[in-house]
Amino acid sequence: MSAAVSEQKDDQAAGRMAKALRESAFAGLVTAGLSFPILALRAEPDIRNQLQLQPRWSWLVTAVLLVASARFLALMLDTVRARALAAAGLLLCAFGFGSAWFSPLATASLIGGTILAGLICIGAGFFVDRSHIRKSGPGLLARFAASPAGQTLTSSGAWVGIGMLVAFPLVMLGWLGPAGSLKWINNYGVQILIFVMLGWGLNIVVGLAGLLDLGYVAFYAVGAYSYALLATTFGLSFWICLPLAGILAAFWGIMLGFPVLRLRGDYLALVTLAFGEIIYLVLINWVDLTNGEAGISSIPRVTFFGVTFYDEKGGFSDLFGLPYSPIYRTIFLFYLILFLALLTNFATLRLRRLPIGRAWEALREDEIACRSLGINTVNTKLTAFALGAMFGGFAGSFFAVRQGFVSPNSFTFIESATILSIVVLGGMGSQIGVALAAVVMIGGTELLRELDFLKQLFGQGFDPTQYRMLIFGLAMVVMMIFRPRGFISTRSPSIFLKERKAVSSEFVGQGSG
Amino acid sequence: MRWQTDPLLQVEHLTMRFGGLVAIDDLSFTAGRGDITALIGPNGAGKTTVFNCITGFYKPTEGRLAFARTGIAAPAGVDALTNTGARFAYEPSGDIYLLERMPDFEISAQARVARTFQNIRLFAGMTVLENLVVAQHNPLMQASGWTVMGLLGIGGYARRESEAVDKAKSWLDSIGLLERADDPAGDLPYGDQRRLEIIRAMCTDPVLLCLDEPAAGLNPRETAMLNELLLTIRDEHNTSLLLIEHDMAVVMQISDHVVVIDYGVKISDGTPEFVRNDPKVIAAYLGVSDEEVEQVESEIGADGGAR
Ligand SMILES: Nc1ncnc2c1ncn2[C@@H]1O[C@H](COP(=O)(O)OP(=O)(O)O)[C@@H](O)[C@H]1O
Ligand SMILES: [Mg+2]
Repeated sequence: MSAAVSEQKDDQAAGRMAKALRESAFAGLVTAGLSFPILALRAEPDIRNQLQLQPRWSWLVTAVLLVASARFLALMLDTVRARALAAAGLLLCAFGFGSAWFSPLATASLIGGTILAGLICIGAGFFVDRSHIRKSGPGLLARFAASPAGQTLTSSGAWVGIGMLVAFPLVMLGWLGPAGSLKWINNYGVQILIFVMLGWGLNIVVGLAGLLDLGYVAFYAVGAYSYALLATTFGLSFWICLPLAGILAAFWGIMLGFPVLRLRGDYLALVTLAFGEIIYLVLINWVDLTNGEAGISSIPRVTFFGVTFYDEKGGFSDLFGLPYSPIYRTIFLFYLILFLALLTNFATLRLRRLPIGRAWEALREDEIACRSLGINTVNTKLTAFALGAMFGGFAGSFFAVRQGFVSPNSFTFIESATILSIVVLGGMGSQIGVALAAVVMIGGTELLRELDFLKQLFGQGFDPTQYRMLIFGLAMVVMMIFRPRGFISTRSPSIFLKERKAVSSEFVGQGSG
Repeated sequence: MRWQTDPLLQVEHLTMRFGGLVAIDDLSFTAGRGDITALIGPNGAGKTTVFNCITGFYKPTEGRLAFARTGIAAPAGVDALTNTGARFAYEPSGDIYLLERMPDFEISAQARVARTFQNIRLFAGMTVLENLVVAQHNPLMQASGWTVMGLLGIGGYARRESEAVDKAKSWLDSIGLLERADDPAGDLPYGDQRRLEIIRAMCTDPVLLCLDEPAAGLNPRETAMLNELLLTIRDEHNTSLLLIEHDMAVVMQISDHVVVIDYGVKISDGTPEFVRNDPKVIAAYLGVSDEEVEQVESEIGADGGAR
């Protein structure tokens, strides 16, 4: 009896293997057919400047093998986790073989090591897949987050996280010294935090109120130019300009809000997109005010409550008896943006528990029902636009005080797209998800700069940062397949009687406006 | 007859056209204070359109919708208000609102006319409790000092919010859904979603509650629970009801007054007893052709009922 069952199982496994082999061979063939003109042949000018076709069979073989083995693994593995592991393993193997083939510098141990690690990864994928017990209901992570232990952990985890952020620049400074830590505090710390803040600001509009805004960078620009102009023209200090910039941005948020109140979905997205472009064009063309493309330079830099960070008497280093270094300004900027970002976060978390925040979410769920309950949806939408814009404006004036220079080129559509991707990737409405997404997207961009070793593989002309958009595109596609509602797809209720149960994304609306 | 002596809502000459289509044609009826008034008629008769006009989702092409939130709407007072062009008047005899002049959210917030929808419109991704708290938006908004005080944590917002939760709890308790307060509204069974939508509307403290086919899709047990809820609302919460219903059992059992419309025209109006025996109604419901109705009328010597 049991022998018969195991025999049957073997049969099934063999059948599956055969099917997978067949399909992967087919996928390889398709790849070969499709990529033959692109990969296998390369036209190069010879000495007489005539194009000669050069065969590159190795490229074609690599592509075919990669696709075929990816297809094979995908067919043999059932769970997402196993597939992810196998994909990582495959990439490692490809890297190992690739460096063996292409790179003259690769050592045998490097090649062997990566290939071995890749094979182990693939093996682990199979192991995970086989030992996997199918379960229904929410994922492990979601169930843990909703459990009491998970909740205390996440709430104390937030404080631990904040503590780590506060310690981050000091630890970096102590570890790598002023010169070495600058990159980490500035490029990673400050840059990521700016986008965390922008993501949180846009999250009010898109994530909570469900209003798709493709022109958010406009408010960032309004904030930056507000500070730049107020500080250079009237000599106002940063701390006075900051609220003014917020108010001005909020004003423009309302200005945008009025015409788009009656628009929904695609139309709203289009008009907000156009609004972002209008602000950009105004910045370029209103030369008298904004100095056009040339931008505004020599904006007063940030001061430590009146104490400058220059190498001068009475400067920060002098005052505290430290050797002069630009790092202190960067550290102060880090704390400043950390403060602003946390302010945005706490305000949003509080707003979510106030009637206005609940009305935003109700608006996202069903606008008509809102109106039937006596909610003034016009005011509700306008406050969402205004508050979202205000935080964008704060971030903008921080940007200006950090750079000391603003020009329209910092406020192009690609910035809006990045911020929106952060919100969507993070999981609309989730604060922690947005922060995670900002770390992944902005940190990822910065990390690409670190991948210099790829030059060994692809030649000196290879610049990984140029592939940023390609990689983001791919990552987005992959995300939308596996986690269509973002990293954190569950919604946490704003109030509860007995226990705070996470609301599954299948019920949560995405807004139609 | 309360709808004649103490009318809460007076619909006069209501006409609604969509392009060439006349969905409601010169419809007049009144709904009495403290009554359950049923609006019935075959599919496409224009019942939902009447609701949408009353609750401000459609602007009527013609007609007046006078709503006497408190007191008696003296005809002279209503006419005077109509001539001023204002939306409402606080007369000594009572507050009068002209609903056709008000936007939808003000009709709910000020005139206190609440409604539910034919296709349930809950906030599916919010919990049951959140749905009921959102319904109390306006008083809570005021308590939070229009967000400013609430954001700074001053003022009595926290206390007011816990009162709102208490109110939600007592309503949930009354329909036996307290256990599910923390579940997403979209996760409830259909019958519970219907009743949740009704108590959510009740959380706005309405004077008139308009229900669009509340019994549609309910099984007999759920229908019985619904009837009980509607009677509780009328008797214990001083709220009059206007309901669209297809289920004749519900209509005949609980309504005090029935208005029948067909093709946007009123064909009968009276007590359930009266309407049930009205040949015009029978004809409309059985799908008899107009000639036959005339024939039936001439045979029984009636003109379709006293108006
Ligand atoms: N927004 C609208 N635009 C055009 N026609 C409408 C609209 N709303 C309702 N109608 C039409 O009005 C008539 C009455 O519809 P409705 O009030 O929904 O009927 P009931 O609720 O009695 O079944 C129907 O013929 C319908 O097609
Ligand atoms: Mg209808």
